[in-house]
Amino acid sequence: MRLTCPNCGERDRREFYYVGDAVALQRPDADASDVVWDDYVHNRDNPAGVTRDLWYHEGGCGAWIVVTRNTVTHEVLGCELASKVKEASA
Amino acid sequence: MRFSGLKVLAEGLSGNKGWTAHWRDAQPKPEYDMVIIGGGGHGLSTAYYLAKNHGMTDIAVLEKGYLGGGNVGRNTTIVRANYFLQGNSEFYSHSLKLWEGLEEDLNYNVMHSQRGLINLFHSDGQRDAFARRGNMMINQGDDAVLLDREGVRKHLPYLDFDQTRFPIYGGLYHPRGGTARHDAVAWGYARGASDRGVDLVQNCEVTGIDIEGGVVKGVQTSRGPIRAKKVGIITAGRSGLVAAMAGRRLPIESHVLQAFVTEGLKPVIDHVISFGMGHFYISQSDKGGLVFGGDLDFYASYAQRGNLPMKEHVMEAGMTLMPMIGKAKVLRSWGGSMDMTPDGSPIIDKMEGIEGLFIDCGWNYGGFKAVPASGWSMAHLMATDQHHDVAAKFRLDRFRTGVGIMDEEGTGSQHNLH
Repeated sequence: MRLTCPNCGERDRREFYYVGDAVALQRPDADASDVVWDDYVHNRDNPAGVTRDLWYHEGGCGAWIVVTRNTVTHEVLGCELASKVKEASA
Repeated sequence: MRFSGLKVLAEGLSGNKGWTAHWRDAQPKPEYDMVIIGGGGHGLSTAYYLAKNHGMTDIAVLEKGYLGGGNVGRNTTIVRANYFLQGNSEFYSHSLKLWEGLEEDLNYNVMHSQRGLINLFHSDGQRDAFARRGNMMINQGDDAVLLDREGVRKHLPYLDFDQTRFPIYGGLYHPRGGTARHDAVAWGYARGASDRGVDLVQNCEVTGIDIEGGVVKGVQTSRGPIRAKKVGIITAGRSGLVAAMAGRRLPIESHVLQAFVTEGLKPVIDHVISFGMGHFYISQSDKGGLVFGGDLDFYASYAQRGNLPMKEHVMEAGMTLMPMIGKAKVLRSWGGSMDMTPDGSPIIDKMEGIEGLFIDCGWNYGGFKAVPASGWSMAHLMATDQHHDVAAKFRLDRFRTGVGIMDEEGTGSQHNLH
């Protein structure tokens, strides 16, 4: 698997650290209920198909990247800077 | 049909023409007391113990493919009880005891071989951690022996003891650990359940779970609707997809774990060995193939095949530990879909808020050795609505409450850390 870092271009998967579901960009309010926090921290859609997850370009520019990819075929459909995704959803 | 030495001899002398199918390939009926979704190791053992321990036989096991075609047929077959934390410790201890009586109980040769498991350590810190783990295993009533370097050399003279990068300090020896023939475990439980009247239905994919007023009523399948008073979801890596049919999200992310096997060789590795510095483990099958594996690929995947970086890493770790295997040719590799929980420990629980719906999942990369006790405990829960003592801590709500998190590796209760 190769990922295209928006800053550095196409790179080997080993340069990246996988964090998990891109749900991390939708952090609940600090005073949200335990049910909301449990859902955010632990529960996952875990789709068989297209998913969006968060990777860190540890061995490169240090950017956080939202990767859209297929969990059944391992096809990578897109890579965006997490900061841009966060701005767009704000 | 009962297996015995005499039967094998008689069949051998008469052309092996008297063997019959080991279980009935049942057609689904419109209604059952209980439906088990998933005909893998855990689903089949649950059905078996529901019938044997609780006298319940109006049960269907629904399998979307063929029986035992998932992780129970795709693992590295290791059986052990070397857990540390309360909750896990008593459960895996119970499971190992069930393994030790399994062949007699099932009248089926699962080739359980207690050849001993040695976890190597490579630093003073790792020695301390393994000494503590060994004490916990002994306190649980299981066996553990702390070996020094020379003690390991007596068992495993072929390791590279003189390497400078990861010198071998010793190992924790678990004599009752070993391996079993994975497929035979599924077949043995299938046969035992089928003989007691359980319907094993293959090529029957569950497409929906019927819930009315908070009570489960049955399932929709590719072979029509089936009504049931109780439904158990036991679908390993696909647990999240099935739970979604009941409108639930689970604390599970499915990851790919690879394994490898070489061409058949003469007996060379007598134990199960794990390398403490490279996440590598190996044993030799009765056919002679070296069966080995390493870590997850570490990204969510249902592909049942991995990528090259982890293959390379596993081969490197193997060569570091035992250079003698370098000339063995790898015959094949494969991947399984692992139901990873945040703390690395499993879930056997009721689905809160939906009466009659139960779930058994979250076996991470260690489900095979748990097959007997998982079925035993899940059957107890489904039959009596009470958690079995040995699995009482495998609760779904531990993630919300923070009470009873079982992080065996001590790395943190977070999805990408196990």
